[in-house]
Amino acid sequence: MRSAERTGPRPVERLHHSKVELALHTLRAGEGRALLLLHGLGERTPAAAPAELLSWPGPICGLDFTGHGQSTIPRGGGYTCEILMGDADTALRHLKQATLVGRGLGAYVALLLAGARPAEVRGAILRDGLGLAGGGPTPGTPQVPFPNPSASGTPDPFALAELSRDVRPPDYATAFLRQANELSGLDRPVSVCCAERPDWLAAVAKEPGALETHVGEALRLYASVR
Amino acid sequence: MTAPLTPEEAAAARFPGARRPDRQRFVSSQGLRLAVSEWGDATAPAILLAHGGFDFAGTFDVFAPILAGAGYRVVSWDQRGHGDSEHAELYSWDADVRDMLAVLDSIRADPLILIGHSKGGAISTHLIQAAPDRVRAFVNLDGIPSHRPPPDVADHERTRLLAKELSGWLDHREQAGSKVRRPDTIDGLARRRQRMNPRLSLEWLRYLATVGARKDPDGWRWKIDPALRPGGFGPWRATWSMTRFASLPVPLLGVLATESEPMGWDTRPEEVQPYLPPGARVMALPAVGHFVHIEQPQRIADLVFEFLGDLS
Repeated sequence: MRSAERTGPRPVERLHHSKVELALHTLRAGEGRALLLLHGLGERTPAAAPAELLSWPGPICGLDFTGHGQSTIPRGGGYTCEILMGDADTALRHLKQATLVGRGLGAYVALLLAGARPAEVRGAILRDGLGLAGGGPTPGTPQVPFPNPSASGTPDPFALAELSRDVRPPDYATAFLRQANELSGLDRPVSVCCAERPDWLAAVAKEPGALETHVGEALRLYASVR
Repeated sequence: MTAPLTPEEAAAARFPGARRPDRQRFVSSQGLRLAVSEWGDATAPAILLAHGGFDFAGTFDVFAPILAGAGYRVVSWDQRGHGDSEHAELYSWDADVRDMLAVLDSIRADPLILIGHSKGGAISTHLIQAAPDRVRAFVNLDGIPSHRPPPDVADHERTRLLAKELSGWLDHREQAGSKVRRPDTIDGLARRRQRMNPRLSLEWLRYLATVGARKDPDGWRWKIDPALRPGGFGPWRATWSMTRFASLPVPLLGVLATESEPMGWDTRPEEVQPYLPPGARVMALPAVGHFVHIEQPQRIADLVFEFLGDLS
C-alpha cells in the first residue's frame, strides 16, 4: 500500500525521556509492527517516509533525537550514544515492538538498542548517514568542545560537537550485536546496508548475526519475522 | 532548607573542624547554574577542589578550611546534578569537564592548583590534558584509574550480564524524569549513606546530610538528582585513562587508598608506576580508605603543603 496523501500536519507524539521531551512522528499510519527511523547526526525526521522504505507493510515512524528536530534542547550538552539509545528505547516502549532503520549516528544507536532490547527490536537496518564513524575506535587528543554559543534551535551544536567524537571500539559494538544474536531469536538481527565501513561497523559486519544486504531485502526479511 | 531544624538536627549540623564556605556564589555553564563555594582569603593563591561522584563541595568542609588556613583561596563547586547545582537534562564526562572550565574561568587566577578526589581526580586529569595552561600543580586523591582487566567470565555469561545491566539502565532511564527521593530523618540518610561509606563515622555522615540534603515538610531528601545512578556502562576503557596519565604536563602528587571499600577504585601503586609522568610522586597510604581527605584531612593537607613547598 502506498503512503496516503496528507493535507494537514503529520501526527507528532510527545514522549518523555527523563527531562527531555522527544518528538515521535508518524510518517505513514498503518497496522502491524512499526518501522522506526533513527536519523543521522544533525538531521531530523524527514518530512515524508523515504521512497526506499515504502515497501514496509506497517506504519512508518521517525524519532527526533534529543537536541534534534522538534525534540527539546538540553542546557550545556552532555550527549552520549547511550543517552540516544535511551531516546530510541522511549519510542520503542511507546510502539511496543519495532523494526529499526538508522542512518549514520542512528545506525549505531539502532545497533545498541537491538542488543539492549532484543525481544522488542525485530531487526535493525543500518544505513549510511551522518555520524556513522563517530570519534573512531580509540580516544583522540583530549579536548573540551565549546560549540558556537550563539547558535539557536536544533540541531543543538553540543550534539554536533559531542556525538562526532564519541569513541566506538569494535568490541564494544560487537558485544551488542552478539547480544542481539543470542537473545532476539532472529537469525540475522542486524542488516548492514552501508558503503562506509568505520572500524566498529566492519567488525559488526563480520559477525554471524549480521547480514550484508540491500535495504529492500532487509525490509522484506524483517517484515516476515514474528 | 525550608523547615526549621529540631535541636537534634541543629546538633547534627555541627562537626569538629567543619566550616561552611566563607563565600557562596553561582556560575552559569551554558545556562546551567552551578553552585560555587569558597574558603579563605579571596586574594590568596587559588586551589580548586573537585569532588567525587555522588558527593558535593560540602564534603570538603573540614579539608578546605585547613588549606585555607595555610594561606590559600580554596574554591570548589557542586558538579551538575549534585549539591546545590541545578539538575541537568544530560550528564557526561565532557559536560563535567566543561562545567569545571566555567568555574575555573570565574576564579580568574590561572594557572592554579588543582586537587581532585575520585571522579573529581579523573575529570581534573582530562581538564589538564585539554587545557594545560590553566593548572600549575595537580593532586589526585584516589582518582587514578586502575589498569586491571575486567573479571574473567565466559563470553556467554558476559552477554547475559550485559543484557541485565542494559535493560536495568534503560528501565531506570524511563523512570528517571519522575523519580523523587525517599524522605527520611537526618539519621536515616546518614545510615543509608554509610552503606556506601562504611569507613566514615555516623557523626560525619549526619553532618553531611544537613548540608547535602534539604528539609521538606515530609522529611529530609538528598539534593542530588534522582536521575543520577552509580555504575552504568559505555565504551570507555580504564586502560585509556591509565596510559594517558603518562602525558600529564604538570607536577603531580597522587595519593592512593589501600583499604578496599564500595566506592573505592582499588588502584595499586605498582599498577600506576609504569604510567607516571616524569617527576610524579605517588604514595599509597596504609590503613586509609577511598575518602582519604575525610578520614585524614590534616595528614592529606600536610602532604599537599609539602608537595607545593617543594615546587616553589
